[in-house]
Order: sequence, then structure tokens, then C-alpha cells
Amino acid sequence: MIRKLFATTSFIAALSATALQADTFPEVEDLTLGFIKLTDMAPLAVAYERGYFEDEGLFVTLEAQANWKVLLDGVIDGNLHGAHMLAGQPLAATIGFGTEAHIVTPFVMDLNGNATTVSNEVWDLMRPAIPSDAEGKPVHPISAEALRPALSAFADQGRPFNMGMVFPVSTHNFELRYWLAAGGIHPGFYSADNITGQINAEAMLSVTPPPQMPATLEAGTISGYTVGEPWNQQAVAMGIGVPVATDLDIFPMRAEKVLGLRADFAAENPNTVRALTRALIRAALWLDENDNANREEAVQIISSPNYVGADPAVLRKSMTGTFEYEQGDVRPAPDFNVFFRYNANYPFASDAVWYLTQMRRWGQITDAQTDEWFIEKARSVFLSDLFEDAAQSLVDDGLVPADAFPFGHDGFRPVADHAIDAVPFDGRAPNAYIDSLPIGLKGNQVVVGNEVQG
Amino acid sequence: MTAIEPTQRYSERRARLFTRINKLDGWFQVLGLSFVTPLLRAIAGDNPKAQAKQIWQLLGVPVLAIIGFVLLWGNLAPRVDTSLGAIPGPAQVVEQAVVLHSEHVAEQVRKAEFLNRQATRNAELIAAGQADRVRERPYTGSPTYYAQIWTSVKTVFFGFLVATMVAVPLGIAAGLSPTTNAALNPLIQIFKPVSPLAWLPIVTMVVSAVYVTQDGMFSRSFLTSAITVTLCSLWPTLINTALGVASIDRDLISVSRVLKLNTWTKITRLVLPSALPLIFTGLRLSLGVGWMVLIAAEMLAQNPGLGKFVWDEFQNGSSTSLAKIMVAVFTIGIIGFLLDRLMYALQSLFTYSNNR
Repeated sequence: MIRKLFATTSFIAALSATALQADTFPEVEDLTLGFIKLTDMAPLAVAYERGYFEDEGLFVTLEAQANWKVLLDGVIDGNLHGAHMLAGQPLAATIGFGTEAHIVTPFVMDLNGNATTVSNEVWDLMRPAIPSDAEGKPVHPISAEALRPALSAFADQGRPFNMGMVFPVSTHNFELRYWLAAGGIHPGFYSADNITGQINAEAMLSVTPPPQMPATLEAGTISGYTVGEPWNQQAVAMGIGVPVATDLDIFPMRAEKVLGLRADFAAENPNTVRALTRALIRAALWLDENDNANREEAVQIISSPNYVGADPAVLRKSMTGTFEYEQGDVRPAPDFNVFFRYNANYPFASDAVWYLTQMRRWGQITDAQTDEWFIEKARSVFLSDLFEDAAQSLVDDGLVPADAFPFGHDGFRPVADHAIDAVPFDGRAPNAYIDSLPIGLKGNQVVVGNEVQG
Repeated sequence: MTAIEPTQRYSERRARLFTRINKLDGWFQVLGLSFVTPLLRAIAGDNPKAQAKQIWQLLGVPVLAIIGFVLLWGNLAPRVDTSLGAIPGPAQVVEQAVVLHSEHVAEQVRKAEFLNRQATRNAELIAAGQADRVRERPYTGSPTYYAQIWTSVKTVFFGFLVATMVAVPLGIAAGLSPTTNAALNPLIQIFKPVSPLAWLPIVTMVVSAVYVTQDGMFSRSFLTSAITVTLCSLWPTLINTALGVASIDRDLISVSRVLKLNTWTKITRLVLPSALPLIFTGLRLSLGVGWMVLIAAEMLAQNPGLGKFVWDEFQNGSSTSLAKIMVAVFTIGIIGFLLDRLMYALQSLFTYSNNR
């Protein structure tokens, strides 16, 4: 109804055809966007607080959501026009793992920003297996092999080794699995009729909403977790856990959160999508401008209780270029949260392919698929043309220099081997990549019952 | 003889004064200020000893108890160390209440700025000959603490009204006819003990399936919370109404037969007046249940209101979160108390009970 009304008014406006170029007005001006209380929702908060949304003629209400499932359902059933989503969520929804719906993204909110934290108990069991440097601090990156003594200790006591991640198709799940598998620990398979993801698992991974991670760790329900900030630094501040690996160690520089929109919404409202993307690009630029100069102000913005709401001291640790491991072990991490640099906002198809390969590796995609299938699905969700359209209009308006964006890119990042196990990833050859990974489904393998067949 | 007259007049005036105080007493009781009566009496010159005892009972003991509670709380709270810091004492809670108020004030300023920008924009649009694009939209910022309270109060009353409209007629029917009662009784017994948290997912799904418009009068979250309140606060009213109607004096029923009153007159003239005290008891219980249910429902469904406020603060996990949650606990308690007083006042207005 509202949409129709706006369509009509913009039609009338188009007819009156004044100097204001009526046809570029957003079709939908009042938007409700969902987010989860994580520091990487910052582009949304900044775009709101600095008036970028209003500059574009958008009137946005930002609503915190209880968990990723509620958020995704909100976008699918139309309660939310769009949301701060895990990069894997639109992909999984589109291929029909979980709730099926075609969700697309024109904008990547950030790169990196996650870490894996273990409880103090597990850290004490791990520490002897980790080499120390001259100052007696543990040498990074820490391999998951160091977790082996903790796993044996738990097995001896007959306790399951539980770990938390935020959503079955979240970056965190795939990163935690990547880290565990690279250290020779089996994180468990998914199958068509068992979607707990714990088939053959040595470490039992299950879903916990991000803000509840520290409380759940403290309660002893889980012994470790992978989550975005501020919930790792929160555990350090609370003295209940120690971060052992960030995604800069595990698989750096891939899309982390995206702006998720329903495909039909994006198709029907191109001007709204352009306006939204423009506002968010400006916010991301502001966040990274002048070597993170605005990050302190950003910390103040998102520490407000209606956004992330954690203490500024905790938020500051990851937002301003450092990361604290054990209490007092603060190390520089300038790229921990990347909002604009390295073409962060460009929806690279190769990042989407990486997520799809991990879904296949762990059985969320139950059967083998062709390389073309991976690339086609990736391109149907990561819509770089929508991004380029918005970026071009910002360049035309003189708001951002043209060299800030990789216009006309084919969507594949260069082949990189900077993962923790140094396995090179080529987005153009997903099946070859899947076969080259240590633990996981390969070729035509399928999981039947508790067995891998094929 | 002449010497008695002023004394008589004086005692007459005194008697009138005391009648007035006694009349007011009813109101003070309704407002929860029953200690005012002995105070007034003492001022008016009644036996001070007896009044002092009453004042001590009605005012002194509660005030001492509150002071004792605050001291105990202030003393014990800092000793419990949580991962979010020590449990806040009274001082921190008051401090956060002030913070919440100043956040409200700051938000009002932002709202004014937003509306100013909107006015400027609309003026520009009109100047550019685009009057059809002018929109008056409400402020898009986050709801403040007061807004959350208001949302919760609105929701509970809406749910409660719906529950009353369903429960009172059903209760009357069950009270008048043993057959209806036999039919309703098993259903009441089964559904009465169901927790709101069990209803909530069903209500959520049904509301989003049935109420599909995006721009209706109510938001979906409002309906979900309100209907959950309705489902849980139905029962006390229903049971008490049925009981009140069933226990109506047999003689009155016989009179109605003799006078050949029709059903409607019988209900409005005989049944309702005599059942009102119990109906109101039911309503009071229902509103109390509704308020408790609402907070839980808002928390679980993340629907706007005080429950969501509590959950959001818990999720924020900042050093001030616990104190803010405690502010909410007191707010919820005080509002619950006020709602109960309100129902009690209505009850005293509408029923002819013994003390009137």
C-alpha cells in the first residue's frame, strides 16, 4: 500500500518534471533497517547520526534484533526493509539452506572483525602447547592443534567440548570450522536430515546469540566461541576468557557483514537502493578516513544504548586499531575492522564463492555442484552493478574520488594463500579449492547417517 | 445555659469535621494513603495517643521497612561481584534513573532538530513547486525510556480491555446457566495455567499470517503482545464473574420470576449489581496478571516496551546495564502497584459494598 502510494507520488513528481530530476527520488523513503548489536553495525549508526540517510532523502529507523534468525525473518516477511546481515545469510537463503528467499546485497559493510575466544579453563590447558616469544607472550597465530590437550582433558572427564558460534551460515561458524580443521580437529558435518552440524564432531558447535556469548561462556555451557566485537574484548574485560585467533589469522580480508535486501524490493525500488548504498558508502568512508581518525567518535556513537550499548572502553579496543588478548597483552591490529579500505564495500563474487565452498565443505550444500553453479549463485546475490551504480553517482557528485572504487572489476580477488593453513583460494575454481582443503566433503561425497559416502 | 452553647457548637463542628475526615478516609485508602486519616484526626484534636499508634502502624512501620530494605540492599549489593561489576546499590540506581531522564531530554532536542530539518525541507520543496512531495513524518529516532513505559501501558490496557470484553459476557453466561458452565469449565481449567511464553510463538505466527497489511492501525508487535496479554488475563475475570453471578441471592431470582423480568433487565438490574464486587476482584487480578505477562512477552518477542528495554540492556552488557535494569524493575513494580490502585478505585466507585 505504502509502496504503491510512493510509486504514484513519484510518478506524479516525474510528470511535473522540474529541475529537481524527480525520477531519482527514492521510491520508498521511510525505511526500517534491522541490526545486531555488534561493532560492525557502525556504518548504519554513522549514516543515521551524521545525517547521510537524510541527505539522500531517506528516513530510516534502526531497530536492534534479538538474533540473526529473527532478523532474517524480519527481512523476508517485510517487517524490515533491509538489515545488517552476515555475508552467508543472503547466500544461504537464496540457495534454500534454512528459510528460502532470494536476498541480495549491493553493499558490503566491512571486512574481518571476528575473533575466537576460549574460556580461562581451556586457555590454561592450551597454553603449554603454544610457543612463547622472548617476552614470554604466546606466539601468534595460534594453531588449533594447541586445543588438543583441552579436548583430551574434557574427554577424560566425560564432558562434551562445546563451542558457540552465532548462526549456522555465519562467518563465525565457517571461521571457527576453518581454524579447527586447520589444526586437525573435526568440527562436524551437516547432512540433509541432520542440521545440527555435529556429525562426527570432536568439538560441538552450536548457536548462541552474539550478546549472550560472554554470559554463556561464564556459565560454562560453552568453552569457547567465535563472535564479532565487542564480545571478545568483553570477555577479556570481564576476565572470563582469552581470545586466541582473529580472522586476520584465520582467513583475512573477505566480506563480513552485508546490507541484505529482498530481491524483489531491490528490483522495484532502484532509487531507494542507490540512495541507501550511497549513504552507507559515505558512512564507511568516514569510518576509515584519515587513517581511522574518526574511530573514536564512532565509538562514542555506537556506545549509545540504542546501538551496541557496550562501554566505550570495551568498544575502543577493537575499533581503534588494537586488540587485547590476555589481559594486558595488547597488540596492534589496524585492519581488525575494515570499513572502506581495500575496496571493502565492493561485493566481490569471489567472497561469495568462498562462503559457498565452506557450505559445501561442511555439508550444508549436501551434494556436489559445478563451478558454474557456485559462480552463478554468487553473482545472483552479490550485486556489484548496484554498488557501482551508487559509487559512480557519488563520484559524479564529487563526494568520493573515482580511484576509491574498482569500477568494472570482474568480481574475483587475486588468488591468495594468506589463510592459516596457507591453502590458496581461487574463486574461479571452487571445486578444486574444496578438494584441496584438509578436512571436509570433497568431490561427490555426501553424508548419510553418520558416514561420509562416495 | 448560655455557657453551654459555644461548647455545643464547638462539638457539633467537631463532629462534622470528623464525619468529613471519615468520608475522605475511603479515598485515602483507595489511593494507598491510609496513614493520612489518623494524621488528620490527630491534627483535628482526636485522642493523640490512639492516633499516634495508628500513625505508627500505617506510616512509621512501612517507612522504617523501606529504609531497612534500602540499607540492607546498599550494604549487600556491592558484595556480589558479577562479570558486569558489582550489583548496583541504591545510589547507582538513582544515578541511572537520572541518566535515563537526561537521555529522554537529549532525545527531545534531537527530535526538535529533526522536525526543524523536516520543516526546512518541506519549505524548500514548496518553494521549488513540489508541494506534492511534502511529507510530515514522525521522528525516526530511538524510543526513550518514557516512550517504552507508555508503549507497555497502552499494550496492557488494550489486551486487558479485549480480555474483559470476552470474559465478562462468558462469565455471566456460565454463571447463569449450569450447562454453559459445564461446557466452559474443562477448557478454563486447561488453558488457565498456560504460561504466556507458550502462547507467544503461536500468537506471533497467527498474527503475522492473519494481519498481513504493512500499514494498518496497529503494528504487528503491538498486536502480538496485546493478544498474549488477553489470553493470559482472561481467566481470573471469567472465573470470578461466573462465581459472582452464580452466587446471586436466590430470593432475587425468585423476585425476577415473579416480576416476569426479561433476561436483559434481569442481567442489568439484578445480576450485574450483585456480581460487581466479584467481577471487579477478577478484573483486578486480570490486570495484575496481564502486566506480568506483558513484560515477559515483550522480552521474548523483542516487542517494544519495558520488557524489551530490560533485554536490550542485558544484551548491551555495559557497566551501567544492571543499574538500568533495576530502574526498570522499580518502574515495573510501581506501575503494577498504580494499576492495582486504579482498579481498586474503580471498584469502590462502582460497587455498593459494605463500607459505603
